[in-house]
Formats: sequence, structure tokens, C-alpha cells
Amino acid sequence: MGLLTGMLFGFLLQKARVVRYDKQIGALRFQDMTIVKFMFSAIIVGMVGIHFLEFFGLVQLLYKPVVLGENITGGLLFGLGWGLLGYCPGTQGGALGEGRWDALWGILGMVTGAGLYAETYPFLKDNILNWGNYGYLTIPQLVGVNRWIVIIVFIAGVLALFRWFEKKGL
Amino acid sequence: MAQKNTDTGSWSPYIAGGLSGLVIIVSVLWTGQFFGASTSFVRSAGMLGKAFEPERVKQLEYFIRYLPQFDWQLMFVIGIFVGSLIAAVWSGSFKWQGVPDMWAERFGTSPVKRGIVAFIGGIIAMFGARLADGCPSGHGLSGMIQLAVSGLIAMIFFFVGGIIMTRIVYFGGKK
Repeated sequence: MGLLTGMLFGFLLQKARVVRYDKQIGALRFQDMTIVKFMFSAIIVGMVGIHFLEFFGLVQLLYKPVVLGENITGGLLFGLGWGLLGYCPGTQGGALGEGRWDALWGILGMVTGAGLYAETYPFLKDNILNWGNYGYLTIPQLVGVNRWIVIIVFIAGVLALFRWFEKKGL
Repeated sequence: MAQKNTDTGSWSPYIAGGLSGLVIIVSVLWTGQFFGASTSFVRSAGMLGKAFEPERVKQLEYFIRYLPQFDWQLMFVIGIFVGSLIAAVWSGSFKWQGVPDMWAERFGTSPVKRGIVAFIGGIIAMFGARLADGCPSGHGLSGMIQLAVSGLIAMIFFFVGGIIMTRIVYFGGKK
């Protein structure tokens, strides 16, 4: 099942040209917002569907806890590496799939990075990994409103963003 | 941005993205699996490490948490490669290229230079993704879909880091 799901996703990623370096870095340089359009389209469709199904008890949510030390330092580090590589962990297999073989170096780097992380994990665990642990938290819980209100506001914001992109020709 | 119009066989990112959203919904409904990618690199590193130093890998706590073996997500990541390959060959957009156009315009066409930077970028990105406990798939897509605060924070900092680095890399380049 994993393979099939990945194939569908990879097919769509390639079709939208999201896997390419020029598109990924293009977004970070505010020149081409293709990947942002793709991501947010997937997010709003998925958001409505998943919360709808969860409401009827058909699926279970499975999200990660808030740990500021991890989310912020890790997020920032990832971003810095991403800016150099121009591919992300999920899409670079797709980049290789369409013949962009510099992604191979990225894949090797990532396997190395994962190994390095495993080596330093015991040290990290005792230091930054627990800083700012707020546990499992969702945006509706944080703001204190019904989740459907958050979803509606989120979708409205995304649509406004899309409109702005199209107006600017990004 | 004239090249966008001549890129035949490409789909609107809104449509492809929306369809991906549907794929996520079906995946969660069917197998309970949300999208994610970076854990696969941990498992791969573990498998690779096992081939060279099996004793060391056995001792590392992180590889006990994420056992070095094939799982749904690793198959998913391999599937992305296969799916993209099919789409690219089918639509004739497959191109053997070791230096991206935007990179070549700024740094020349040396695949060695590009390779070194890509490798270092990969190390940093994956270290960061494991520290953040997710990447743009796990935190970005899956986290945001579930309205998780962790996903939102990580996503913001992915972009902050990325924007800072591209500013440095393409400093002074034409806008």
C-alpha cells in the first residue's frame, strides 16, 4: 500500500513540477510559488476530509507534540539545509525519478545526516530535546474555538493568498 | 516566466495539490497512514550502518526506536521515485540533468560543485528534520492538515531557514 500511495503522490508531484530545484528555490526566493500552491491545495482538501472523517469516528488523528526546542531549532536547521540542497526528503526521490541526478547527492547527504543524528541523539535528548514541551496541542485548542471555525478561517486565508499569487503572477 | 507556458504536460499545482489531498484522505482512511518521509532516512541509515557495523547500530538508542527495516513510509518514499519516473517518461519531461538551471546560471555547470553543496545541504536538512521530528511532509502536510501546532511552528521555521539560506546563496543575484 505504501508503494502504491507513494506512486500516486510522486506522479502528482512530478505533474505539478513540484519536485524541481528551480521550483523549490524559486519559492524561497519569492519568484515562483508553485510548491506553495501545491502544498496549500493539498492541505485544505486534506484538512476538510480528515476532520470530517474524524468527526464520524472513521479515522484517528496522529500528530506530533509541541516541543519548542525541537520544532524551532530543527525547523530552522532543516530550512538552512533545504536552501542549499533545493530538495526535501519526500520530493527528492521524485526529482531523481525525473532524471535530476544531483538529488542523489542529497539522498546520500540525508542518509548521512540521519546517521549523524542517531549518533548524537543521547546527547541531544538530555539537552534541547525537552525544552518547551507543551505536549499534544492543536490550533483550535490553543485558540479555544471550535475546529470548524479554524478550518474556515484557514481556507479563507489560503484562498486570499492564492488570489494574491495569481494577481502578482507568482 | 515564459518557460512556464511552454512546459507541456504539466498540471496546475492547484489541481495536482488538491488531488494529493484526496490521496492523503484515502490513505488515512484505508491504512491509517499520514504522509511522512524523513523517518525513512533514519531506517535507511540504520540498514546501511548494519552492513558495516552491526554492533554499533544495535547499541544506538535511536535505531532501537526506529528499527532499521522496511516499513510503510519507506515504501512510500520509494513509490514517489517510481511515480515521478512514470509521470516524467510518459509526458516526455524526463531529463538527465545534474545541475539545476537556476544553479547553473549563478554558479556554472560544474556537477562537482553542485554535488558537494547538495550533499552538505542534505546532511544539514536531515539533521534538522530529525531534530524537528518531521519534514515538510510530516509536519507540513500531515501536521497542518490536523491543525497541529507543532506542524505550524515547524513549517514556519522551515521557510524562515530556507529564505535565509537562499538569500545567502543567491546574494546580489537578480530578483
